[in-house]
Amino acid sequence: MGQSLLEVKDLTIRFGGIAALAGVDLTVEEGELVALIGPNGAGKTTLFNCLCGIYRPDRGEMRFAGHDLRGLRPDAIARLGISRTFQNIELFRNMTALDNILLARHIHMRVGFWDAALATSRWWREEVRHRARAEEILDFLDLQAARHRRVADLPIGQQKLVELGRALALEPKLLLLDEPSSGMTAEEKEDLVFRIKDILEELGITIVLVEHDLKLVMGIAQRVIVLDHGQVIAEGTPAEVQQHPDVIRAYLGEESLS
Amino acid sequence: MAVLALQYALNGLATGSLYVLVALGIVILYRTSRILNFAHGDIATFGTFLAFTLITRLGVAPLLAYLLTLATTGLLGAGFYSLILRRAKEATLLGQIVMTLGFALVLNGAVVVVWGADTKVFPSLLSETKVYHLGGIVISQLSLGSLIMGFFLMVLLYLLVQWTKVGLAMRAVSQNPLAAQALGIPTRRVLALAWGVASALGASAGILLAPVTLLDPFMMLDPFLKGFAAAVLGGMDSPPGAVVGGLVLGVIESLFGGFVSVAFKATLAFAIIVLVLTVRPEGLLGREYKKRV
Repeated sequence: MGQSLLEVKDLTIRFGGIAALAGVDLTVEEGELVALIGPNGAGKTTLFNCLCGIYRPDRGEMRFAGHDLRGLRPDAIARLGISRTFQNIELFRNMTALDNILLARHIHMRVGFWDAALATSRWWREEVRHRARAEEILDFLDLQAARHRRVADLPIGQQKLVELGRALALEPKLLLLDEPSSGMTAEEKEDLVFRIKDILEELGITIVLVEHDLKLVMGIAQRVIVLDHGQVIAEGTPAEVQQHPDVIRAYLGEESLS
Repeated sequence: MAVLALQYALNGLATGSLYVLVALGIVILYRTSRILNFAHGDIATFGTFLAFTLITRLGVAPLLAYLLTLATTGLLGAGFYSLILRRAKEATLLGQIVMTLGFALVLNGAVVVVWGADTKVFPSLLSETKVYHLGGIVISQLSLGSLIMGFFLMVLLYLLVQWTKVGLAMRAVSQNPLAAQALGIPTRRVLALAWGVASALGASAGILLAPVTLLDPFMMLDPFLKGFAAAVLGGMDSPPGAVVGGLVLGVIESLFGGFVSVAFKATLAFAIIVLVLTVRPEGLLGREYKKRV
């Protein structure tokens, strides 16, 4: 068996008396689209925050592409190739859509102060290269019209796409999407499904998706992991998970089974 | 009368450019971390005393001494952030601001212990008595020098913030530190750099000011408060606002001192703060006040 892209073992983190994650084990293979579902407060976002280095887990292992993620700062983890979007949009609100995406090219820039100050040819080449990449991403997400608009003025659905574009601009190996469809209209959600599939198939980026819209999840996920009270309660294909008694209990309550 | 007004305005610009340097340091930190740095003046004072020692006691060439001072002061500011402020993880914003106040008192005490509380003459490359005539108005070599240096540093800062990778990172951190981190920007290092740049700016103001005001441990108290007033006037989170605020404050103050009353010149800055906060709380160039959520 080859090495998984992401391996999480026995991950545990407590906030006060509450175990937000209690011994979570999971793996994500390269090229996979895994959905992470569960009721509110199940620990989905907490898991993302641990993977991104925002929270320090109390116990457990996290390995990504052969690197140990424990103790790494968020920026170091981003550089390893994990990028994410946030549940409550975290954009640079006063910048344009284009600038938000260009900013994510930051880590790929090689030129320094003097190149910029003297506008050397090296600097121009870099600038052109990154701008071209940013334009490709805007095209890919159908955001050309928003290019020069301040993101704070865009509708929520488009802001979500800008955030997705920014995450893509990092050229990650693993993309963590935290409720990408929340706040989107039905039509935008349909488009989102195709875009997520394109990211997986055309760009070859592995995706972990946290999502509340189960219809959307069941349509695109290859594998579904269900969290409840900080524990993995079920795992399998969308069809398997939908039939799982623990999942029905977690979502609908005890009586619904009888 | 008109010539006199022009003369006062020019003097005001020269003083104002120093307020700008102080205000820029305050604004850079406020923008990136929402911290009002009360130690700004004392960090600058420390730098100025250091330059004084390097030049008069150790015989270092003045220009080299200035550069060494800016570098050391920058390290002092960055060090305070990295070694002290950042370690206080649970501190609220107010708590952190109080920590800068504490640092101000520690530094001030250290300056008094090391250099003494008596006034010293700061050697200057430029002369205050040598003047240039421009039509009917005059400007001393020293004022002209401060004006030019002030503008030079403003341009340099502009280039750093607007046209470099590091500047981009600084802007990103100021708008959304969480997102900046997720994009691979080392926010702590960027914040340490912001502290360093802000502190070096303060020290440069101190060096330009010391030949006029003489050197004593409390020399930066008034310029710090004026720089703060200028920052509020221009808009606390706007570097261009700090430039406009500093220059406007310098000119108004100078005109007021010349035509109305010298005695109330110092009070004027605070009357302006009260007026700005009442009429336009976001300042001249600041963005509309919004709650940060």
